[in-house]
Amino acid sequence: MPAFNQSRQNVIKLIFLVAFIILAIRLLFLQLASTQYDLLALDNAVSKKIVYPDRGIIFDRKGRSILENTQTYDLMVNPTQLKGLDTMGICTILKIDMETFRERIIGAIIKNGRYRPSIFESSLSVEAFVQLQENIFRFEPGFFLQERPIRSYPFKAAAHILGYVGEVDSSILKKTNYYYQMGDYMGLSGLERFYEPILMGQRGVRYQIKDNKNRIVGSYEKGLYDSIAIAGRNLRTSIDIDVQVLAERMLKNKLGAIVAIDPRSGGIIAMASGPTYDPNLLTGNQRKNNFSWMLRDTARPLFNRAIKGQYPPGSTVKPTGALIALDEGVITPSFGLGCSGAYHGCRRPIGCTHKTAGHAGNLRVALANSCNSYFSHLYRLAVDNPRLGGTVNGYLKWKQYMNSFGLGVRLGVDLPSEDKGLIVDTSFYNRLYNRSWSSCTNVFLGIGQGEMQATPLQMANMMCIIANKGFYYTPHFVQSIDGQLESDTILNRYKQKHKVTNISNETFEVVQLGMQDVVEQGTGGVARIEGIAVAAKTGTAENYGMIYGKREKLKDHSWFVCFAPRENPTIAVAVIVENAGFGATWAGPMAALVMEKYLRDTLSAARWKEVERIESTEIILPIVKSKRNRLDSLRKEKMRKLQLKATAKHPMDNSPGKKTTAAHYHLSAIKPDNEEQFI
Amino acid sequence: MKNNSFEISKGIDWALVGIYLVLVVTGIASIFATTYRDENIISGFLSFKTDYSRQLLYFIISAVLAVFILLTDSKFFTATSNIFYAVGLILLILVFPFHTDVKGTKSIIRFSGFQLQPAELCKVFVNIALAKYLSSLDLNFKKLRSQLIASSLVLVPAVLTILQSETGLALVYFSFFLVMYREGLPSAILVIGFSVAVLVVMTLLIEQNLLAILLSLAALVFIYTAKRQIKRDRSILVLVITIWVVSVGIQRFAVPYFFNNVLKPYQVQRIYATVGKDFQVDTESMSEEDIKKMEDKKKAGNYNVKQSKIAIGSGGFWGKGLMKGTQTRYDFVPEQRTDFIFCTVGEGFGFAGSIVLLGLYLFMLLRIIKMAERQRSTFSRAYAYGVASVFFFHVFINIGMTIGIIPVIGITLPFMSYGGTSLITFSVLLFILIRLDADHQMVIR
Repeated sequence: MPAFNQSRQNVIKLIFLVAFIILAIRLLFLQLASTQYDLLALDNAVSKKIVYPDRGIIFDRKGRSILENTQTYDLMVNPTQLKGLDTMGICTILKIDMETFRERIIGAIIKNGRYRPSIFESSLSVEAFVQLQENIFRFEPGFFLQERPIRSYPFKAAAHILGYVGEVDSSILKKTNYYYQMGDYMGLSGLERFYEPILMGQRGVRYQIKDNKNRIVGSYEKGLYDSIAIAGRNLRTSIDIDVQVLAERMLKNKLGAIVAIDPRSGGIIAMASGPTYDPNLLTGNQRKNNFSWMLRDTARPLFNRAIKGQYPPGSTVKPTGALIALDEGVITPSFGLGCSGAYHGCRRPIGCTHKTAGHAGNLRVALANSCNSYFSHLYRLAVDNPRLGGTVNGYLKWKQYMNSFGLGVRLGVDLPSEDKGLIVDTSFYNRLYNRSWSSCTNVFLGIGQGEMQATPLQMANMMCIIANKGFYYTPHFVQSIDGQLESDTILNRYKQKHKVTNISNETFEVVQLGMQDVVEQGTGGVARIEGIAVAAKTGTAENYGMIYGKREKLKDHSWFVCFAPRENPTIAVAVIVENAGFGATWAGPMAALVMEKYLRDTLSAARWKEVERIESTEIILPIVKSKRNRLDSLRKEKMRKLQLKATAKHPMDNSPGKKTTAAHYHLSAIKPDNEEQFI
Repeated sequence: MKNNSFEISKGIDWALVGIYLVLVVTGIASIFATTYRDENIISGFLSFKTDYSRQLLYFIISAVLAVFILLTDSKFFTATSNIFYAVGLILLILVFPFHTDVKGTKSIIRFSGFQLQPAELCKVFVNIALAKYLSSLDLNFKKLRSQLIASSLVLVPAVLTILQSETGLALVYFSFFLVMYREGLPSAILVIGFSVAVLVVMTLLIEQNLLAILLSLAALVFIYTAKRQIKRDRSILVLVITIWVVSVGIQRFAVPYFFNNVLKPYQVQRIYATVGKDFQVDTESMSEEDIKKMEDKKKAGNYNVKQSKIAIGSGGFWGKGLMKGTQTRYDFVPEQRTDFIFCTVGEGFGFAGSIVLLGLYLFMLLRIIKMAERQRSTFSRAYAYGVASVFFFHVFINIGMTIGIIPVIGITLPFMSYGGTSLITFSVLLFILIRLDADHQMVIR
């Protein structure tokens, strides 16, 4: 009976129908109700490739490029395509052994996966690059060369100013709201950092389709969403690279700083910090290594003393004291003080180097002789000014003056992490002396000691104020940006004139003449330049340091501040050499050479001799030096071991000409010249 | 000749042939879409080296076979059914000594460049043999003995297939129970089978003890509400208690035993992955190599489903267009030419295309049932139901697996998946049906 169970066909049909409805509902949810799969699919298959623009170039005031881009080459490896390749050949060229080779391949696979090319060796040495380029056909497709622009510093100078670039880390990623991506480079210090948005240009984005093994297989939607990379814009600075190089030369083997500013514009001509380093050390493949050694150096070569070194200004602050007293009207230029070798106005006498009568007969003479009594008294007059009503108000007014002169506040130079020095608030004294303090308590401020610290940049700026007779422009490096736009407001604040005193030009003349006398008759004779009137002030700052946990008085810092020509100043300079004694001994000659080089553009042979004399002198505290030497020998020992290891692994390779092993290269990279200097 | 060709086309169900052609062409197009790599299209199709051209070749072979089948007398199939069944079994057994290891399966024989998977092919023979048995004149299918014989006809090749590590293909044989159901197998068996399936799924979803308590509560509630009936007829109580004991037995002991001792760990993990759970395998007794293998399989299974869901899910309503699917174009979905071919449609043509495809398959199934019911001979009807059941099982499980509602078991999508054995098997299954249907007025025994 064929039709016996015919009704059962409906049950079967129902089963089919229900099953298909289940599938359809599931598809409905999968394809229509959820959006996550679109994103996942895009994430799977489309890679966003960043196209890096060239970073902008930085020029000095004469149009010479002092920071530019050069090509280096990375050797890339395709881990899957190594079979049958002459790996020994690669090892020979790169001077590595098979073990290292294997390690690097494994490292590459771990980092980037098997199918994506990874860096095998970055920033190839010239020698290796030349050999590889000739022979690369032998190693393809397992290896290939890829160019990579890096920053280069043709003058090997201005490391602290220009700064360096480096890979972004996760904290930067977060801070910039993920504008950068892992592996991006950005300016990390100096102008590179400060002008990062301008120098970096605009990144291009290329969307590419990748397959399941992350290999690129073509462009996405024919490049519809791609954008082109726009090169970074160039910066024109006020730096004179010759002066900069000279300044750095003279600071060699010394701790200190030199800052030179054009007072007419605030443009910084030179800013050197000693010890410095060759900025090219932080670009190549030895960057990490070099960086870590420099970080451990007790002389702190990475530290920009010009904006971060905070020193008691000593006598160099005396002209400033005069300005305050004059502006407040508590003295006139003819004000005189009888000093017999000490100031007795307060309980403890303050010593003065001069005893002769009349050495503080008026402002000009007092300045020229740097009379401690006179300027201690000026300070007290200013603070105890009866018009202001009380010491506290007087001090506040004095502090306000100092701040407006740029002392105790950040000037706002176009470098990151500038320090502000120290001018304390009244609360400091209130706390320390339980509110009972007078102008005698801090009378040392009048001679630049005590609770007062200034950076070399601030002191150079102070010179600008005096040179300009009462105003200054915020010191800065960058004068203009190539292709400047309306929206580039970053330079606007450097066009603003800061008028800080209301002293008449004639009165200012007195201060300037006093400073000129310093050079022509007083303590600053070393700064005399034939045919140019120089105004200057020396300083010898007492200072203390912690040595093995004990506060000890260290050798005085040598200060020298000046500007020239006196009548129509075009350069103001501040020099400090740490623990170098009298201001006139070391700081003075350096300042003079900087000014002469800038004003005359050349130096005579005799003057070059002087440069050499300064350059070859080492002024470093024994404690710093001994620690530094220990570190240095440590490094040498490590190099030696590395070298031994390298030669042991290449017993064949002992021809002297070819012995540029990694260790050798490394050593020469750290100390380009004179590597024996600390032994 | 003229007369002959007239005879071939007589009585052929052209609608079914039409759907068949549409599905095969869609399949070739999908394979083309996923594997085409900028080569010259014409030479690509003629070389028979690319996957799509090979599929085209398999289609041509299928078409030739179809013509032969249509030329064959319907009685040929009943007459030779026993021989075919024997040949099928022999092939299945021959696999054990002569198989080649391909991707972990032991079910493939390779000869002169071609691969044959008897487990796939055997469905045709089993279907014919089952139909033959069910249409025997002296058969009384109400007898348990007949039911057991029919079941063993189906289950013997299934067991052989399981022994070849092809659990998926073995499961297909269970679809023949639908045929037996149509031919008089008691409904209770279907209901019991379904209930057990539900219980097993519940075991996966609900914590063991909680499920036991729920089952007990359900039994108590039933006994309480049916107090009066139970007073009248004690056997109801016995029945309820029996069901309760069996259910709890299954969920507490049978399922865990089955999972731990019968299935391979990776299979259990795939099953658990489908319901979104992780199965902790007892790795103590396993060798390190086995653990690694298991982990790999687990990862591969999860990865397949994840990528497949991404591909289909990103298709949206209208899809990205043929050849524009980023996921299927660039090999993100493993096995996408074969088991995961549905992704190509899902991504390329979206929800609309998927529904159209589902509709085509459903239409095909209902059409086959309609054909089955118009047969005068039991053989043809049983055979037709067999075809419908096998197709249904393949389509439902395959698509269900690509969209993540069924564990990954490697079975193909009829007419679309890449693979010679699969395409030829389904074509032969279908064209024998069309041949039989052409004679649906005739009683074939």
